[in-house]
Amino acid sequence: MKEKTKYVPVPSRSILPERDAERAPVLECVKLGITLGGIKAVEDFNLTIGRTEIVGLIGPNGAGKTTVFNLLTKVYQPTTGTILLNGQDTHGMSTMQVNKAGIARTFQNIRLFRNMSVIDNVKTAMNNEMRYNMVSSILRLPNYRREEVAAHRRALKLLSIFDMQHMADAPAGSLPYGAQRRLEIVRALATNPSLLLLDEPAAGMNPSETADLMDNIRKVHEMFQIAIVLIEHDMSLVMNICEGICVLNFGHVIAKGTPDEIQSNPAVIEAYLGRKKEA
Amino acid sequence: MTMRRLINLKRVEARRIYLTYAIVIAAYIICQVMSSTKILSSSMRGMLVPICAYMVMAVSLNLVVGILGELSLGHAGFMSVGAFSGVAAAVLMQNVIPFAPVRLAIAMIIAAVFAAAAGFIIGIPVLRLKGDYLAIVTLAFGEIIKSILNNFYLGVDSQGLQFSMLSDTTRLLPGGKLIIRGPMGISGIQKIATFPAGFILLMIALIIVFNLVNSRSGRAFMAIRDDRIAAESIGLDITKYKMMAFVMSAALAGAAGALFAMNYSTIVANKFDFNTSILILVFVVLGGQGNMLGGIIAAAVLTILPEKLRSFSEYRMLLYAVVLIVMMLATNNAEIKEFLSRLNPFKHKEAD
Repeated sequence: MKEKTKYVPVPSRSILPERDAERAPVLECVKLGITLGGIKAVEDFNLTIGRTEIVGLIGPNGAGKTTVFNLLTKVYQPTTGTILLNGQDTHGMSTMQVNKAGIARTFQNIRLFRNMSVIDNVKTAMNNEMRYNMVSSILRLPNYRREEVAAHRRALKLLSIFDMQHMADAPAGSLPYGAQRRLEIVRALATNPSLLLLDEPAAGMNPSETADLMDNIRKVHEMFQIAIVLIEHDMSLVMNICEGICVLNFGHVIAKGTPDEIQSNPAVIEAYLGRKKEA
Repeated sequence: MTMRRLINLKRVEARRIYLTYAIVIAAYIICQVMSSTKILSSSMRGMLVPICAYMVMAVSLNLVVGILGELSLGHAGFMSVGAFSGVAAAVLMQNVIPFAPVRLAIAMIIAAVFAAAAGFIIGIPVLRLKGDYLAIVTLAFGEIIKSILNNFYLGVDSQGLQFSMLSDTTRLLPGGKLIIRGPMGISGIQKIATFPAGFILLMIALIIVFNLVNSRSGRAFMAIRDDRIAAESIGLDITKYKMMAFVMSAALAGAAGALFAMNYSTIVANKFDFNTSILILVFVVLGGQGNMLGGIIAAAVLTILPEKLRSFSEYRMLLYAVVLIVMMLATNNAEIKEFLSRLNPFKHKEAD
């Protein structure tokens, strides 16, 4: 028997409340928690994200960062707490429904449709905005052609953001590593999200690739005006592009604030570097 | 951008599809000419319809195994649902529609509808499972369908259709006729299945599957096959698309079953057993998962081969096994594949 999520009607404060003043936050997590195999992987997680905020989620290995993403996208159902997405309670929703409601994500270990072409990866993500049914696809009715052409055009446009339109016909699995990461972001964007979750987008990239990625994230943010949450270990990236940062350790939020505040926070330094031995 | 440009971009795929259509049509014309000029022996001519039926089965199973990526071991079950419902429909329509090809077409449509319904009912529990578990349960359902049909009696008299299970308790009025007789199956079937009908069914099956695969539904099937978690994360309704592929595949199998059954005078449920399901799976695996043309060729070769090997009756199964192994090695060997692709005149400029 699944334990019912307790609704806790206490809104927590956004990291940067002035950033999206007078606009409802895109996401509010209140007292979010999950117990996995008897261990409280995440507990009492409160986070409010403004409409166009870029937030970094950092913390040592095993702190529960990816678990938070899995909670937000309902890969795991939270044991306690509430997630409000655009003011709507996501209780009982499936991963698919959460995506329709506006959350798109990428994965730590890239999950592309490897045997499909690059453009088909993107077009698959547009599935929910296409309307033609099975009969029109089998009979190739006019609405099939119209929608396919429109989707093709939009997919190419999205790919061109990351300068990938020339690879459209290549199988996704054959792309170089960096391009695979970019394709995953394009695929997530194709679902028209209001919140984009990036799980270690710079993992395994060299410094110049990371710099490109940083530009790309900024570009996406400017073009789409959406909120972005990213998990990242590359501190230069996080400190450079994030407006707010949330630090997790052992499933608890230990600090929230702007990059400058986080860099000088003693609890964060302790979590990353350990404590000085006391005499 | 026009549709032509879109096709241009997908030229590799499009070419493969047109090649498949062309080969099937060419093979049909050659077989027709050969059988009308009596080059084909009468035993070979008798195999043309079953080969067509098996080809449609291969295409249909390929939709589930190759495109959707789920292993189904009970496909003969849908074939038998189609065979029995199709033949029963044809018997009932015998006096209403005297023109055999129309009767055959309607019977195949009814068979497809019944098989699709069976696919839907079975799909509800089965598609909740994944991988090996799904395969095992489809195997069980294939056997269940066989058992049900082995114990099913259907008769018709002036009061309408009557059926009973386990034993014949239909108590038909005088002048009534028992159509399905449990383990005895249906006998006295009018052989109205023809080679052109088989060819048309195969073409329809190919058009349906190719057009479905190149649509949003087909992309969803392949996305689920490649990465289920990612497919969910971009908002695909996994259950809906799995069901769609499963039901469509069952419908095609049903039509193939009706075609197959109406080529024989007697049909029994035991014909559609586990071995038949595996045989169809072998067509798909040998032809290459997701490769429709490969499955069709494998179906033809593996249906003709046992007949051709009849003269070596003692070594027949041995040779069959050897051919299977050689084909499997050949289709999975990278070097042989490369050699074959060099022979293919269409593939020269694709390497860029």
